[in-house]
Amino acid sequence: MATRAPDRPTAVPRHRSERFSRQLAYRLDVKASPYAYVMPFLLVFCAFGLFPLVYTAWVSLHDWTLLSDVHKFVGLDNFAFLLGDEYFWNATFNTVSIGLVSTVPQLLLAIWLAHLLNRPLRAQTLFRVTLLLPNVTSVVAVVVIFSQLFGRDYGLINWVLSWFGVGAIDWNAGTASSHVAISTMIMWRWTGYNALIFLAAMQAVPRDLYEAATIDGASGFTQLRKITIPMIKPTIVFVVVTSTIGAMQVVAEPLLFGTYSPTGGPDRQYQTLSLFIYENFAKLDFGYASAISWMMFVFIVIAAGINYLLTRRSGGNLT
Amino acid sequence: MGKLRPGRIAPMFAAALLAASVAACGGGSDEPAASGQPAEKIKLTVGLFSDFHYAPLYEEFKKTHPNVEIVERRAQFNDHHKNLTTQLATGAGAADVVAVEAGYIATFTPLADKFYDLGQYGLGKRQADYLDWKWSQGLSPDGKLLGLGTDIGGLAMCYRTDLFKEAGLPTDRDEVSKLWPTWEDYSRVGQQFVAAKVKGAKWFDGPGENFRAMVDQAPVGYYDEQNNLVAGTNPDVKKAWDLSVQMLQADESAKLLAFSPPWNTGLTKGSFATIICPSWKTGSIKDAAPTTAGKWDVAAVPGGGGGNQGGTHLMAPKQGKHPKEAAELIDLLTSKDNQLKLFTDAGALPSIPALYDDPTITGFTNPFFSDAPTGKIFTDAAKALKPQHVGPKAGDVLTAFGNALQRVEQGKQQPDAAWQQALQDLDRIK
Repeated sequence: MATRAPDRPTAVPRHRSERFSRQLAYRLDVKASPYAYVMPFLLVFCAFGLFPLVYTAWVSLHDWTLLSDVHKFVGLDNFAFLLGDEYFWNATFNTVSIGLVSTVPQLLLAIWLAHLLNRPLRAQTLFRVTLLLPNVTSVVAVVVIFSQLFGRDYGLINWVLSWFGVGAIDWNAGTASSHVAISTMIMWRWTGYNALIFLAAMQAVPRDLYEAATIDGASGFTQLRKITIPMIKPTIVFVVVTSTIGAMQVVAEPLLFGTYSPTGGPDRQYQTLSLFIYENFAKLDFGYASAISWMMFVFIVIAAGINYLLTRRSGGNLT
Repeated sequence: MGKLRPGRIAPMFAAALLAASVAACGGGSDEPAASGQPAEKIKLTVGLFSDFHYAPLYEEFKKTHPNVEIVERRAQFNDHHKNLTTQLATGAGAADVVAVEAGYIATFTPLADKFYDLGQYGLGKRQADYLDWKWSQGLSPDGKLLGLGTDIGGLAMCYRTDLFKEAGLPTDRDEVSKLWPTWEDYSRVGQQFVAAKVKGAKWFDGPGENFRAMVDQAPVGYYDEQNNLVAGTNPDVKKAWDLSVQMLQADESAKLLAFSPPWNTGLTKGSFATIICPSWKTGSIKDAAPTTAGKWDVAAVPGGGGGNQGGTHLMAPKQGKHPKEAAELIDLLTSKDNQLKLFTDAGALPSIPALYDDPTITGFTNPFFSDAPTGKIFTDAAKALKPQHVGPKAGDVLTAFGNALQRVEQGKQQPDAAWQQALQDLDRIK
């Protein structure tokens, strides 16, 4: 088109407006139609993502209970109370603690499992399906069974520990012990799932790298450390971020572990942030619950940022 | 009828659904009734929080209402009431007939515009049947009839005869009743029991339920008649607290949270010798620990009878489109004959005093509880019952005290600190 432009004097008498509209249509096509293509997603996102987010922010500025029609505007009072509320900080601590205790071992275990499966094996599919099984089990079933295992008087775990002379642990009562119990349930459900994601990434690593390393005499562990992990780093970042967000939102496990107690134990020893929100929503105190939700959103953004920075820096690089 | 039984709900729900759908198919009298009933097919949903043993009564209702299909929905106890609140506030999703337990009834009766006035559907005539206090619990502040009572929770004390024998205590129910005229006596006998060192057994399950019973027996509980929260200043509440703490310090508690899975196991394994028994709980114990049949017996409650724990009303939210049929169903489910039937089937103590002298009830013995005359025990308790005003957030208040007692029990707090924190929690209840 550009080469033909010089010998197109006939085009000049055409109406400027026509040329303009054609240009406009072209520009619109280039600039606007991509937006039209993603519009279905955006509309759904606005309805179910953005709108609740903004509306929650609006509610959080009010003294808002469900059964009352009067919603008094209180500005940032809910947030001010929140920052001074020891139950909130307690829930924050529990969330971070349970998040660390569940996520860190979980991801290490998942990488190790994926590494084991990433080699020629008999009945490969069987192993991979088995990994996913805990994840498709209902969370209620998992927690009910684990609560029995972690029982104080007749639990299997205390029984096994008693062989080694460990006295009966009241898993539910202690802060640390309840966090370990809840983290175990989370790990049980999600380790296999994450292992499969890691496995998918590992399968994309070129085989010749391993062959070369094997010829050079590198052990399996060295290969994992020097080849696999650097090569799947984007996946690791992804899994770490999703796991962190998941850890911030833990609610079903502590709720059911405490036999439907929204306080997460009598001393709030395992009340997570989500459960704290649930407690206040259940009390129909929507204003305060919305304020907590927003604080949690801020925490998630911060946690995701820190994760990103840490995982970006750590580890070597092949190239 | 009583309280939650988590874990059992889902399978029962599935079974009920199945039963309901089978019944709906099998019942099939499709021809329009001759009695001038509307031939239009309608569906009534009934929202409950446990198995009320209503299935046969639905069949009875369908005989006179062949065009009505009844679907029962069950949710866990707390969820059921929270869901109902949400459904009322958002204007959608509530069942045609809903069960509301005593701890929540005062939350819903002020919402007169959200429920049908059953008086308009001719149920006002039932007033003569009812205990006055049970009847008035179902009224809105301006006197509209919003709910009809099903059962009440007269109190008794269930105990394990085998464990009593091991500890050298009497096992005969009359002698056992004489052991504890007051709660102080109950605590003292508990110390004897603990001193006898029966292997693997404590005196009671956990402190929360006894605390609740003691407060329920007082003339005023957590709220005064004007719905002011007086729990922090009511001397009867403090007295119940102090006594509960004293029993904890005497190591009488098995430290099991009522209705939790370990509590179920404890019931089966005999981890505690006594348990406070509102009449509906006899059903819970039987369901949770069927293998302990014959090891239980029932004695009078300490503190001289009185006290109501639990019990339910049936209400019809205005979202329902068939108020007439809903009212008729409520009428049938709470009728005198059916309350009688539900006592023998499910241990639900009737709220119709005329039944307390009915030979079917007074002569009723419960084989699970060593043939204890539970009919007589619970009707006696019902007659002695002094009703107490239940405030709007009684459930949340009870949770605050229950948690505080557990903190003491688990050694996390000194009693005074736990009490102070409970009072702070009360301040947060709006």
